[in-house]
Amino acid sequence: MNRHTTRAVRRLAVAEGRLFLRDPLTAFFSLAFPVVLLLVLGSVPSLRKASPDMHGLSTIQLYAPILAVFTLMMLGLNGLPSLLGAYRERGVLRRMSASPVRPGLLFGALLPLYLGIAVVSVLLVVVGGTVLGVGLPGSPLGFVVSFLLAAAALLSLGLLLAAVVPSAKAGNAVGALAFFPMMFFSGIWLPREFSPALVNRIGDFTPSGAAVQALQDSWAGHFPNSVGLLTLAAYALLAGAAAARLFRWE
Amino acid sequence: MAVIEVTGLRKAYGRRQVLEDVSFRVERGEVFGLLGPNGAGKTTAVECCEGLRRPDAGSVRVLGLDPVRDAHRLRPRIGVQLQQARLQGALRVGEALELYAGLYPNPRDWRELLDEWGLADQHRTPFDKLSGGQQQRLFIALALVGNPEVAFLDELTTALDPQGRRDTWELVRRIRDAGVTVVLVSHFMDEVEALCDRAAVLDGGRIVATGTPAELVARSGTGGTLSFHPTAPLDPARLAALPGVTGVEERDGRIEVSGVGAFADEVTGLLAREGIVVTGLRIREHSLDDAYLALTRHDS
Repeated sequence: MNRHTTRAVRRLAVAEGRLFLRDPLTAFFSLAFPVVLLLVLGSVPSLRKASPDMHGLSTIQLYAPILAVFTLMMLGLNGLPSLLGAYRERGVLRRMSASPVRPGLLFGALLPLYLGIAVVSVLLVVVGGTVLGVGLPGSPLGFVVSFLLAAAALLSLGLLLAAVVPSAKAGNAVGALAFFPMMFFSGIWLPREFSPALVNRIGDFTPSGAAVQALQDSWAGHFPNSVGLLTLAAYALLAGAAAARLFRWE
Repeated sequence: MAVIEVTGLRKAYGRRQVLEDVSFRVERGEVFGLLGPNGAGKTTAVECCEGLRRPDAGSVRVLGLDPVRDAHRLRPRIGVQLQQARLQGALRVGEALELYAGLYPNPRDWRELLDEWGLADQHRTPFDKLSGGQQQRLFIALALVGNPEVAFLDELTTALDPQGRRDTWELVRRIRDAGVTVVLVSHFMDEVEALCDRAAVLDGGRIVATGTPAELVARSGTGGTLSFHPTAPLDPARLAALPGVTGVEERDGRIEVSGVGAFADEVTGLLAREGIVVTGLRIREHSLDDAYLALTRHDS
């Protein structure tokens, strides 16, 4: 990347960052909602108690990684497709395409921006968790690696949907279509500890299931298993490459 | 050297042929007009020059480059104002200019453009809160922020009030004086007459005439009209028989004669010979407007 390209990516990221913060609802759900939900759940004493049914973990300890992944799903599956769908519908992308911006440049601005937002949200969850006795991730390296791969997988998946949707409405629809199964496999309704083995086996090969498992392992102090990490990496690479290939300005 | 060279350009959308064998050249430093009715293919033709559309056949060269294949080398050197585009709704005017300035290798000072295009007061206004005219001026400013060698302006004064249009014309002259080649897409004849050094008239996907506005008027074979109230009866058939006269109409005692060449001299000669005094004499020379209508008239 030369100097001009770096400046262009930076300007795009700054502009999109401002716009993100100007949309209070999206900003709240991506940034603050996970930690708020964690604090609400954590205010119920029984949910803070460790139980032998859950390998000696408390409900809140099971939910912390799920909420970290929730942020990524919000940003990737709910945020990106409707954002770029709206831009495509309004002609924002068309106008951009007449400038020196290339799709890679736009992705290069949006991915780090959204990753940055997710990092803030996850830090809030981690800090909020310590207050509720969740404890810091036992394997910090594992946690960082898992989180980065999970972010790459879910944001790339979002970009893939965003690459072609013609409007904000269509973006919302395909986003929701992907969002709910991902929520299910992340265990937000029924944590993986309580799910049937078959569901978990399938979930291991979904981005959200693999992400939650990897973060949970890291929290518990183990380095996550390589199958889960490779699953996330594969989603990131395939979806990212497909998004760049399929991307349409109009 | 030609800045733009289009030869044998063809483009179809599905089965609808939009451009058929379109050729034109734009020289460095001129304001070139692409003129024609809606659906004539003007926008498609410029979009092929901007690299936003891929021609089906023919060759397009802008600054010696292929707009599609060499897009990454051409884009930094051209400025584009699109007919239909919007910006992010919450993006403020100043932010938009700053953003687009950051996308070009050698941008202009965007604050200067803010003043030049009368947007200084709107500098913190979000795009969606701007009036149509303000949005239009912002898009023109965005087309210039990259310091382009060629600027493409598509329907530049749509949505502007009459004063806004005049002001915009003045600014286009200033762009030209700064050495920027300007391609202007328009269906307003007065705009083309006021601004363009040369223009091409597109109709049904073909170029029907190219030249200076004066040449276009001359080539269309339109002349003018002469109208008056005769104070004595006058047989319209005698007027119609005069050399150069193409039409005679009588309405409420007022006679309007249209024709080409020296038809007006013939008409006044006849009136003098007959000793008919006229009142309310009006002469109108045909403008580019009439020429345009004549050039794009469809025989059905």
